Amino acid sequence: MKETWSKLRKQPLFMPILMLILVLLINLFKDPGFFSIAVKNGVLYGRLIDVLNRGSEIAILAVGQTLVIAVSAGTDISVGSVMALAASGGCMVLAGYGNTSVTGIVAPIAVGVIVGLLFGLGSGCINGLMVSKLKIQPMVATLIFFTAARAIGLLLCNNQIIYIRYEPYKYLGNFLPHVPIPTPILVTILIIIIAQLVLKRTSLEMYIQSVGINNRASRICGINSDMICFICYAICGLCAGAAGMIASSRIYSADSNNIGLNYEMYSILAVALGGNSLAGGKFNMAGSIVGAYTIQAIMTTLLALGVSTDQSPVFMAILVILIVVIQSPVFKKWMEERRVRRAEAGKEAA
Amino acid sequence: MANNRQTAVRSKKRVSGNNLLLLITIVLFIVMYAAGCIVYSAKGFTHFQTFLNILITNAGLICVACGMTCVMLTGGIDISVGSLIAMDCMILADGMTNKHWGAIQLVIFVMIVGVVWGSAQGFLVAYMNIQPFIVTMAGMFFGRGMTAVINTEQVSITQDVNKLFYGWANAKIKLPEFLGYMGKKHRIAPFIRPSVILALLVVVLIFFILRYTKFGRVLYAVGGNETSAAMMGLNVRKTKLCAYILSSVLCSFGGILYCLNTMTGSVQQAKGFEMDAIAAAVIGGTLLTGGVGNVIGTLFGVLITGTINSLVMTNGKLLSSWANIMTAALLCIFILLQAIFAYIKKRRES
Amino acid sequence: MSDGDNVLITMRDITKTFPGVVALDHARLTVRRGEIHALMGENGAGKSTIIKCLTGVYERDSGDVHMEGVEGNIFNHSTMDAQKIGIATVYQEVNLCPNLSVAENLFIGREPRTRLHTIDWKKMNRMARELMERLQIEVDVTETLENYSIAIQQMVAIARAVDMEAKVLILDEPTSSLDDKEVEKLFVMMRRLKDQGVGIIFVTHFLDQVYEVCDRITVMRNGKFVGEYTVSELPRVKLVAAMLGKEMNDLADIKGADSGKELGDLLYEGEGLSHKGTIKPFDFTIHKGEVVGLAGLLGSGRSELVRCIYGVDNSQTGSSRMEGKPLKIKAPIDSIKAGMGYLPDDRKADGCIGGLSVRENIIIALQARNGLFKRIPMAKQIEIADRYIDLLQIKTASRETLLSQLSGGNQQKVILARWLATDPKFLILDEPTRGIDIGTKTEIQKLVLQLADRGMGIVFISSEIEEMLRTCSKMLIMRDGANVGHLDAKDIELTQENVMGAIAGGETK
Repeated sequence: MKETWSKLRKQPLFMPILMLILVLLINLFKDPGFFSIAVKNGVLYGRLIDVLNRGSEIAILAVGQTLVIAVSAGTDISVGSVMALAASGGCMVLAGYGNTSVTGIVAPIAVGVIVGLLFGLGSGCINGLMVSKLKIQPMVATLIFFTAARAIGLLLCNNQIIYIRYEPYKYLGNFLPHVPIPTPILVTILIIIIAQLVLKRTSLEMYIQSVGINNRASRICGINSDMICFICYAICGLCAGAAGMIASSRIYSADSNNIGLNYEMYSILAVALGGNSLAGGKFNMAGSIVGAYTIQAIMTTLLALGVSTDQSPVFMAILVILIVVIQSPVFKKWMEERRVRRAEAGKEAA
Repeated sequence: MANNRQTAVRSKKRVSGNNLLLLITIVLFIVMYAAGCIVYSAKGFTHFQTFLNILITNAGLICVACGMTCVMLTGGIDISVGSLIAMDCMILADGMTNKHWGAIQLVIFVMIVGVVWGSAQGFLVAYMNIQPFIVTMAGMFFGRGMTAVINTEQVSITQDVNKLFYGWANAKIKLPEFLGYMGKKHRIAPFIRPSVILALLVVVLIFFILRYTKFGRVLYAVGGNETSAAMMGLNVRKTKLCAYILSSVLCSFGGILYCLNTMTGSVQQAKGFEMDAIAAAVIGGTLLTGGVGNVIGTLFGVLITGTINSLVMTNGKLLSSWANIMTAALLCIFILLQAIFAYIKKRRES
Repeated sequence: MSDGDNVLITMRDITKTFPGVVALDHARLTVRRGEIHALMGENGAGKSTIIKCLTGVYERDSGDVHMEGVEGNIFNHSTMDAQKIGIATVYQEVNLCPNLSVAENLFIGREPRTRLHTIDWKKMNRMARELMERLQIEVDVTETLENYSIAIQQMVAIARAVDMEAKVLILDEPTSSLDDKEVEKLFVMMRRLKDQGVGIIFVTHFLDQVYEVCDRITVMRNGKFVGEYTVSELPRVKLVAAMLGKEMNDLADIKGADSGKELGDLLYEGEGLSHKGTIKPFDFTIHKGEVVGLAGLLGSGRSELVRCIYGVDNSQTGSSRMEGKPLKIKAPIDSIKAGMGYLPDDRKADGCIGGLSVRENIIIALQARNGLFKRIPMAKQIEIADRYIDLLQIKTASRETLLSQLSGGNQQKVILARWLATDPKFLILDEPTRGIDIGTKTEIQKLVLQLADRGMGIVFISSEIEEMLRTCSKMLIMRDGANVGHLDAKDIELTQENVMGAIAGGETK
């Protein structure tokens, strides 16, 4: 029994899942109906479904953010803003420039979605170029898009919120006809599967970890480390684009000021919660995704406790600091010293 | 020895890249302002008051950018400033409106918040060795969230709420009439607000600290080469801690000046302010890698971002987000310039 | 000791262990007033460890340190402690702030103040100018330090130490990045300080320089004290012998079996290869089945030469051909595709990818050659990994164990396996046996000979000459960044004495 426990504890996913279960348990105590899932009007309803649904954007962002952190030991803090930019870009194409509220669309939905994804990819590529080729610190490079992307988004929407009151546009963020599962969940699953295929079927996963662990040695082994770094930022931008389109479809509009607000923080926190080190190197994608849903669960809980979305960043910020402090070598060393001192004291007592 | 002298002479002739950056900044400011004067002369851009208005609106930014410069000199960064300002403004506005506290008490309280804020961030960066970006990013979300915790509504400070504070905000210092322009009947004398004087005093004070105190020089030393600074017996950690405290205190002070200008507190306030402050410092010649920069350059950096804002406002037709995009683009260009200069220097050495 | 009055510092029986390694084993060092004392030894000899024990970077496990004018046994806990009693160090990478002016660098932390307790710039610049004049360094003290050459920066660092009343000045490889003229200037300054009674410890790899300025030499090997000599009485060959060790006097068992072997076809030739700032242009050829040794002391350019061939650093000049086909090498991947392999000397920084498993570390170079999209199937990966774990007898818990958890020797075998897996035509091994136990060493040597028999061209670098004698059929001698000659196994000249003589150079007997 004890052996299984210690084996279980060593699993990389142990901590993230434990956290998730804890959060869910708190909810269960507060609201016994938390886990109940019902079918109403042909679609699934329930708090748990809600967490899975709402957590989609964070999970998608976490996929990209994990790669960026692993490869460069830096974070992409522009993802939230890029979400807004992608949403604005996509909606602008669908509604036509200058229109603020339309009931029909001027371009096929697929074109709009692809344009949105391209905006995301483009931002990611620019970030990637700055980090990999110009060797600018990742955070500074992405800080530029952190502010500029929202501004560009506003520009595309002519400083207004574009509403697309066209039923099929809502499919992406809500429900497809005759499908009981919310579309964002399906999209997230699809993205995770694609990411896994790309990582596992090619040798990208090994390359990314290798570059993140030892850039110089990787180069000598024949890996184009700059290119790998660039690819990670590009993927992260693409993920932000996808998340942005989902967020936009949920509210069938492009609100450049509010879409993806604080999501950069959530995505970083998801990666950290998933047991990944913010210092780069080895990564565990599954952990990040569990972390993403944990965050959504926390937010849903906070909301149920009466904490508004504006206020929840306070808790997230504290959580981030706690995790990085625990991860930091200084803290680990301090704990180690404490342990040694205790052991010595114990010996002396004996 | 002849050869030796030659090296000395040659080094004199080289225009160092850093001075060149500052020169570019000053020239850029003059060109931009002159262009504004030519294009918008009909809209009163040529009036001396327009220039003074730039100073009045940006008094807060001047203080914040000075603090940012100090942090960036050590090779760090502080992206929590925008949120800290929002929080400060909210403390002031909410404190006066809903809790009916005195203006002086609140100002002192806000300054204390600055000290505590800086100490916490500085401790995590200097003593726990956590990346400054992660720490201050958490600070950024924490501050924004706290603002919402204090009050989610927008709170305005009116004359009825606090006479003293209202008086400070509306105090005018008239300058000699000959600097003004002809109104309908007589010359209108230009004016400034006390906040401008305070902000300029801060610039002078920081200039003095950086140039003539040991603390100031150690800031440069730490940014130049941290290991060397430690080897020369300088207390690197304490210096970093002090830099973050200084930055947050100046930011709080800047927050008060900012509040005097806007007279409101709201969650959405001062968004992207960190970007403006960083842009001002970088445009003013502060290196992202640390060790080079001074507040005179930063002042010009603020003037440039202020002029951009002013130009966009004067135009009237352009969306306000253009100002954001222009600032981001300018920051991008200056970061590129820094990277290029660093590359040239490296080539020259090898 | 006859000149006991003059002794500044004595270090006796200094022992220092790191987990798993004895870095210093009863080492000792004596420095006298007004002398330049060379501290010499190959990699891992313990030079830098003994210096760090003196300056307080490390704390020694046992042993005594006594200094003239200081009571009792000295324990320095930090470099500041050492500075306080007059021990100053100047490193190869100048430890000054490049963004500050020369004067500030001299006085930061102890600036002259005005009455208001602010920095007195005028006085500081004046003091700096006086100091520079006294030491005859011609610089503008208000100029930013980074605008001066490394040599001047080094002199400024020395000036700072001198002004802080250093009695003992440690110069840790100060000349590695200087050209001849700059070195000369530095020597003038060192001699002047010596005349003022400062004791200088000079750590260097350059024999010529030792014979030019030094009075005495302490030689260390494997953390042990080998001997203290007066420079004028120690021939170069003896110095090299002392540094490299000469346990193996029995030259008879050095191979000979294949010394008469016919050379294979021309495999690789490089013309005018060079890397700016480190090595002078050189030509290099190797034939199939040939093992070429690069002999030379650390810092002689032997590692830089192979880095240049493999294209580790971008700024490569010259042309090269593999089996007659011209090569265009922009990044290491081009070299790998051309059939080269390179085992770097700095295992930790350039070789190990510690966080990846043994399997991944073995297949990574092969995978890189195949490209991103042609992933080697897992079954194949396992097969390759198991084959090499078995072949090289890598001791690991499993093939999925992280490389960082293996011992140094096994890590080295894994990296060797990484290159063998790519089946290279031309393999470069830079110090493959460093820090490895004797048994493994012999295995690697045997392996090298086997590979050569199969037609692989191998470059073999080692600090141990007898090891190279056993494996190499030809030896290139490197000194001061240039190729100064070669010795062939066909001739009888490939003996330890000859090699050492060639490495030492400069002396005609």
